[in-house]
Amino acid sequence: MTSSASTTLAAARSSPATVFGYTPVQAVALAVMVALVAFTPSVLYPVFLMKVLCFAMFACAFNLLIGYVGLLSFGHAAFFGMGSYVTAWTAKNWGLSAELAILLGGVTGAGIGVVFGWLAIRRLGIYFAMITLALAQMVYFVCLEAPFTGGEDGIQQVPRAKLLGFISMQSDMAMYWLVAGLFLFFFLLIHRIVHSPFGQVLKAVRENEPRATSLGYRTNDYKLIAFIISSFIAGIAGGTKALVFGIATLTDVHFSMSGEVVLMVLLGGLGTVFGPVVGALVVTAMENYLAQFGAWVTVTQGAIFVVCVLAFRRGIIGEIGARLKLAL
Amino acid sequence: MFTIFGIPGPLLFGQLLLGLINGAFYAMLSLGLAVIFGLLNIINFAHGALFMMGAFVAWMLLNYAGIGYWWALLLAPLIVGAFGLVLERTLISRLYKLDHLYGLLLTFGLALVIEGLFRNEYGSSGMPYQIPSALQGATNLGFMFLPNYRGWVVVAALVVCLATWLLIEKTKLGAMLRAATENAPLVQAFGVNVPRMVTLTYAGGVALAALAGVLAAPIYSVNPNMGSSFINTVFAVVVIGGMGSIIGSVLTGFGLGIIEGLTKVFYPEASATVVFVVMAIVLLTRPAGLFGKAA
Repeated sequence: MTSSASTTLAAARSSPATVFGYTPVQAVALAVMVALVAFTPSVLYPVFLMKVLCFAMFACAFNLLIGYVGLLSFGHAAFFGMGSYVTAWTAKNWGLSAELAILLGGVTGAGIGVVFGWLAIRRLGIYFAMITLALAQMVYFVCLEAPFTGGEDGIQQVPRAKLLGFISMQSDMAMYWLVAGLFLFFFLLIHRIVHSPFGQVLKAVRENEPRATSLGYRTNDYKLIAFIISSFIAGIAGGTKALVFGIATLTDVHFSMSGEVVLMVLLGGLGTVFGPVVGALVVTAMENYLAQFGAWVTVTQGAIFVVCVLAFRRGIIGEIGARLKLAL
Repeated sequence: MFTIFGIPGPLLFGQLLLGLINGAFYAMLSLGLAVIFGLLNIINFAHGALFMMGAFVAWMLLNYAGIGYWWALLLAPLIVGAFGLVLERTLISRLYKLDHLYGLLLTFGLALVIEGLFRNEYGSSGMPYQIPSALQGATNLGFMFLPNYRGWVVVAALVVCLATWLLIEKTKLGAMLRAATENAPLVQAFGVNVPRMVTLTYAGGVALAALAGVLAAPIYSVNPNMGSSFINTVFAVVVIGGMGSIIGSVLTGFGLGIIEGLTKVFYPEASATVVFVVMAIVLLTRPAGLFGKAA
């Protein structure tokens, strides 16, 4: 996984001045992204955009692991799905306000992440992927049978809880600003983490774990913390999606959801700043337009995987960055 | 009616048999995964899809060409194996110099394509496949009725696993295979065509999956999702057993099938998750797996 990432790293080194860890080009790209988030809902359907932003959050969380620590998790649906269940359940049955319900979703994701991470970081590479996959499958089976998830029906008719207990989220635009705010917050937070001293150690672990160990870092602790942060944000993303659509179902916790987030990040560009967002946009849009053709969605997703792996390993943003010799 | 630990005997043995059947498929699938992993260093995520393809090829042979079960048992693995050969040559072989995770992503994509195509063509509801006439009916073993076909599946799986073990441990071909797993460049220097061996190993592992698929066709209905529901559990089996040894995969496969069956008797709620709990325990105590070598 290091080839594309090391090119972006090399590019990052060669660029001189940075503002809050952003190169001038990245700062411009960030401004464009913020502008797009602010103005597209007047052009496009806000519910579709909220879906994109939820998945973008999910993909950014996943990218933190694969792009900066080099860990491929195939079980992220567990955090996303359980976050979505817990947010939906607490908003519906306890009448929690929106921010508390979503926060609980994130905490649930992080809680499962502690267990998953604690077990899975004992093994590396392919085994890590298989262990996370298997553990997520276990969570899926639990959700299938546990009473509180509603089994095949899921949790339906979840009310869009009021923000802070008094701001109505009934209109799509009100909800949109909440989702957009959450997305931007976590997008910036992940960037901040990656550029912190902690993030530098993560990159060192990715590039050469034995050397990081010999420098005195407990690499497993760093990996575990990164894993928990990632699962927390994945839970937040799932919870937000549950409030947007008013429903939490088995789809969110199914292992194909884990595959989908891998696809988004791979297509957008592993280890790039903006890749996961672009990947989430492309994959969600594709699913929307292909939904009427049934299983062709799956076939197309599979074909994109194959093409990306064989010929397009840098992904969309990584490829653009490499062409322009810029870190994006 | 007699009871064991307060459980009616027929119920206990019935679930044990079901566990043994599932175990037979776990064993055959994890065996193929282990053989492929040994030489190619990739986890074949498409294994479940190819297992499903084996069942479908048997169904197609019967419904489009009128070729019955026994011929399908031979032809389906050959056809799917040939398909695997093409996959390895055209796609997978391009990734050997890259990080192993790319192999996982590629075969995951292939699994999506294969399953999606079959779902488009045949829907998700599943189609029945008749038990061959020679194996219909059941035998009274005294303590339970054994459906003949299920008995056959367990025996056939054991024979296949044993044959694979003999091939790899006791023949010259197997010796070359093991040597290439240890040190491929050296074996190549001795004049063995290693790339061809790699291709054939992949095709062989895939053929094993397809054979399991044909055996499974009369038990589970033939449907595009039959592979993906199995393969996640098989990955847990592989983690538990470790990918070091053939015997290890076989024992772990059968053992976990039986544990699953027993759980169904004593604590049915946990039967779907018990394999994963075992995996967690094994990871805590022996991270390399029961039969694996420490990395």
